[in-house]
Amino acid sequence: MDKRQYKYIGKSPDRSEALEKVTGRAAYVHDMELPGMLYAKALHSPYARAKIVSIDVSAAKALPGVKAVLTGEDAPYLVGLYMIDKRIIAKDIVRYQGEVVAAVAATDERIAEEAVSLIKVEYEVLPSVQTIDEALEAKILVHEDINDLEYMKGVFFPQKDSNIASWNKTVRGDVEKAFEESYLVVENEMYLPAAAHTPLETHAAIAEADPYSDRIKIWSSAQSPFAVRQLMAKSFGIAESDIQVIIPYVGGGFGGKAGIHLEPLSALLSKACKGRPVKYKATREEEFNQLPTRAAMRGRIKTGVTKDGKITAMKVYYDWDSGAYADYGVNVGKTAIYSGAGAYEIPNVEIHSRTLYTNKVFSTAYRGFGHLETHWVIERQMDMVAQKLGIDPYDFRMINILGPGKTTVSGEVITESTGSPSDCLKAVAREINWTGYQSEEEREIQRKTGKVRGKGLALLHKAPAMPAFTSTASIIQIDGDGKVKVMIGAIDIGQGANTAMRQIAAEVLDIPLENVEVVWESDTQKNPYDWQTVASKLTFMGGNAVIKAAEDMIKQMKEVAAQVFRCDVSKLSHGDGYIYHVHHPHKKLSYGNLARGYSYENGNAIGGVIIGRGTYIADGLTNLDKETGEGLPALVWTYGAHGVDLEVDLETGDVHILKIASAFDLGQAINKKMIEGQIMGGVLQGIGSALSEGLKFNAEGKLLNPTFTDYKIPSAKDIPDEIVPILIENPQADGPFGARGVGEHPMISVPSVIGNALYDALGINFHKLPLNPENIALAIAAHHTS
Amino acid sequence: MCDHEVKTNCFEYIDSQMPPVPLELNVNGESIYELIDPAMTLLDFLRVSLKLFGTKEGCREGECGACTVIMNGRAVPSCLILAIEAQGADIITVEGLSKNGELSILQQEFIKEDGLQCGFCTPGMLMSAKALLDRNPNPTVDEVKEAIAGNLCRCTGYKSIINAILSAAKREREALSNG
Repeated sequence: MDKRQYKYIGKSPDRSEALEKVTGRAAYVHDMELPGMLYAKALHSPYARAKIVSIDVSAAKALPGVKAVLTGEDAPYLVGLYMIDKRIIAKDIVRYQGEVVAAVAATDERIAEEAVSLIKVEYEVLPSVQTIDEALEAKILVHEDINDLEYMKGVFFPQKDSNIASWNKTVRGDVEKAFEESYLVVENEMYLPAAAHTPLETHAAIAEADPYSDRIKIWSSAQSPFAVRQLMAKSFGIAESDIQVIIPYVGGGFGGKAGIHLEPLSALLSKACKGRPVKYKATREEEFNQLPTRAAMRGRIKTGVTKDGKITAMKVYYDWDSGAYADYGVNVGKTAIYSGAGAYEIPNVEIHSRTLYTNKVFSTAYRGFGHLETHWVIERQMDMVAQKLGIDPYDFRMINILGPGKTTVSGEVITESTGSPSDCLKAVAREINWTGYQSEEEREIQRKTGKVRGKGLALLHKAPAMPAFTSTASIIQIDGDGKVKVMIGAIDIGQGANTAMRQIAAEVLDIPLENVEVVWESDTQKNPYDWQTVASKLTFMGGNAVIKAAEDMIKQMKEVAAQVFRCDVSKLSHGDGYIYHVHHPHKKLSYGNLARGYSYENGNAIGGVIIGRGTYIADGLTNLDKETGEGLPALVWTYGAHGVDLEVDLETGDVHILKIASAFDLGQAINKKMIEGQIMGGVLQGIGSALSEGLKFNAEGKLLNPTFTDYKIPSAKDIPDEIVPILIENPQADGPFGARGVGEHPMISVPSVIGNALYDALGINFHKLPLNPENIALAIAAHHTS
Repeated sequence: MCDHEVKTNCFEYIDSQMPPVPLELNVNGESIYELIDPAMTLLDFLRVSLKLFGTKEGCREGECGACTVIMNGRAVPSCLILAIEAQGADIITVEGLSKNGELSILQQEFIKEDGLQCGFCTPGMLMSAKALLDRNPNPTVDEVKEAIAGNLCRCTGYKSIINAILSAAKREREALSNG
C-alpha cells in the first residue's frame, strides 16, 4: 500500500479512552469495591537480613473486624518469573527491609492497620550483603539454597554457592589479542543507583479465591494478565485455566507492573476468609520499599581502538545490584550481552553480565530494561575514548556505527530493514548544531558569567527482551451495523496502544475510525492470549496480529459475497465498509449485511457469524549460546539518538536543559501525537534518572528515601525549555505498515547525553548518577582544586 | 511501613474514639449532609462516603497532587484536609467539571492536546488547572508550570498538559469576549 494513501496510519486521532479519563469515570483497581470486600495490610521487615525467631499474631487475630492473619507458615509457596526464589510471605528468614512477614485482612483499612501494629515479631538480626563487592565475595549467601532453586534453564545461569543469580556472557573474537594490538586502550568504571518507577497509581489487586475449588478471580493493576495467571498457577500448583485475571484501567506501569506482585498474597487472604474478595492496595511507601525497583549497576569497561578511531575490542563487566529476589532482574542482566555494546560494530568483544543477589528491595523491569543502564556505560565511554583519541565524538560514533551489512555482537547481520542509527545521529546533531567539543578557552570565557553551556550526543538501540517463543493474538467481531470490536490480550497502560490498534484495524478493514472499538477491560476468560505487555512489542506484534485478524475477516466476508455474486473470490475487493466486484462495482454488499450470514429474499441464508482471527509469534528467534552469546535475540531493533544543549550553574551545580532533540527510527508512525507523547514523557523520565533520582540505603540496608519528599521525580518546573521529537521512518519489512516499537526507547541514553554535555561544559567526566546539584558542585570544586 | 518494634519511629493508627460529627457542605453544586468520623480526611469523605472515585489517591501525604480538588475556589490536596475543615465549603471535583452532558473547554483541550496517558493524575491536574484559570484567565507558561508543580505526572512529560491549559485559557477568553 502506498504510504500517501493511508487514511488512519500516521495520523493523530485522539486517544480512544480520553473521555473516560477527563471525566473521572475511568475506574482503576484503586477505585473498585466489591460486595463483602475486605482490606489487606502487611507487616514488613525492619531489617535487611534477619532470622524470624517467633511471630505472635494472637492480639491481631483477636481484634474485632479482623478476618484473617497470615504468616509465612500459612503460605508455603515459592513464586518467580525466571528463578523460583521468592516466598509470598517471608518464612524463617527475611532478605530485605520491607519484605512482607505477615498480612491481615479486615473489614476496613483502619482495622487492618491496627491489627498489623499488634503483631509481635522477634528477629535475630544477621549481617547482610549490601554492596556489589560483598555479593561477589559470597561470604554471606542471600539464598543459601541457590544450588537447589528451580530456574529457566538454557537462558539463565545461576552459579553454585554464590550470590550470582545469572551469569550471561558474550565472547566474540579474541579481545586480549586485539587489546595488545590496539593503538590505545581506555578503561573506566561507571555506576548508577537503583531507581523507582513511581507510577501514580500504586500496585493494587483484588482477589476472590473460591474456598471449595481451585478457582481464583483477580482484578489487578497488572501489565501482563496472562503472566500473572501462569505464574500463580505454577506457584500454587493449580491449573492456569482456573485463574481469571481482569485488568481495568491501569495508572501507569513502566515495567513495574509486569510479572506478578500483590496477586498471590491477596488470593491467600481471600481463601482464608472463605472466599470474600480481598483488596491489597500498596501505600506509596510500599511502592518504594516492598515492590520492586530498577537495579543499581556497576559497569567496568575497557575499549581498544586503532589510531584512526576504529574500535577493535571491548570488554565489559556489568554487575547488577539486583536485590533479594531475581524477578525480572536476570532478564535485565541478559539484555546486556546482546545490547550492551551499543549500536556499534565491534569485532572482538567480551561481555559479562552478572545479576547479583543483595539484601535490598528486589529489582524488576523498568522501561527499556537494562538499556538505560548499559548505555550510561557505553555512551559515556564512547565520549571518553574520543577525547583520548582527539577525535570528534560524532565522527568516532560514525566510524563504528552499525548499519546494513554490519554484524552485531550476537552475530546478527543488519539489513536495510533493520533501520538506520546513523540517520538518527545525523538528525539530532543537526538539530542542536553540533560542531564538536568547545575548547578550554571557550569554557573559560563562559565561566566568568557563572554559567557554562555544553552540548552532547548519544546513540541508543534496543530490541525487545523476550523468550524466543513469545506470541500474541487478536480477535475481531462484527455487529449487524458493520461496526467491529477488536480484542487483544495486551494492556493499554496509558501508552495509547488501543488507539494504535484501532487505527490499524480501521486501515485494513477500510472503515471509519468511529466504527472500530478496541474492547477496554481485558479479561483472560475472554481476550485472546498475549505473553506480556512489555518490551515495546505491542505495536509490532499486536499490530501484526490485528492486521491478520482484519484480513481474515475480509477473506471470510469475500467468501460469502462470492457465493451471492456467483463469482470467484479473486474478483472481489473491499473498501468503505463494502465487499464489491472489481469490474462491476455496483455489485456490493456492506460488511453489516455479511456480519451474521447473508439472507436471500426468501429467507434462505448462507455464511455465518464472521469472526476474524490473527496470531503472531516471534519470528526466527533463538536462545543465546551459553558461552559465546551467539544467536538471534532481536525481533526488531529500534535505533535512536539524543542531542542536548544545556547550561550548568557553576555555583549551585544546577543543570538547566535548553534543548534536547531525540530521534528514533520507528519505521512508520502509527499515531504521531501519541508517539510524541511517548518521547516527551520518556525523555523526562530519563532526565529524572539523570539529574535527581536514586534510592539511598544506610549501611544496614534500610531504604532512606521511600517517599516523594525525598525521592524527587521531575515536576512541571523541571522540564527542558524544548524537547524536539524527530521521527525517522525507514520501514521494517515485517512490521505492521513498516512500524517498530518506540515506547521505552526515549528514556535510554538520556543520562549519557547529559553526562556527555556536562563534559563539554565543564571538562569533567562524570562516572556516577545522579548528576544532581550536589554531585556536580562537588565535582566542580574538586576539579578546580586539582 | 514502619518499624512496629520501635514505637518512637512508628506510625500507629489510633482510633479517634470520638462520636460522629455532622458535616454540611456543597459538592459539585449538590448540598450534602452526613454524620462523619471527625478524623476522616476530605479525600476519604469523597471516595468512601460519597463514592466519588474520580479524585485519586497517589500518596496520602500531600506530595503527588492526584487528590487535588477545588475548595472555595482554591486547589487543595484533599488528603491533607480533614473533612470537617470543609464545613460549609464549596467543593468541586473532576465529576463537577462538565455541565449538561458537555465537556468543559479545559477537558476538551486535554483530549485534543493528549494531556494525559494513564489518566491517574488527570483529575487532580484538571482541578489545579481550573483553579488557575478561574483566578487568572491569561496565565503565562511559567504561571501554568507553577500552578501544576504540585501535581506529579510520570507519563506525559507535562508539555502536552501545559499546552492544553494554555489553549483552554485562550478559548475561554475568546468565549467570554464573544458571549
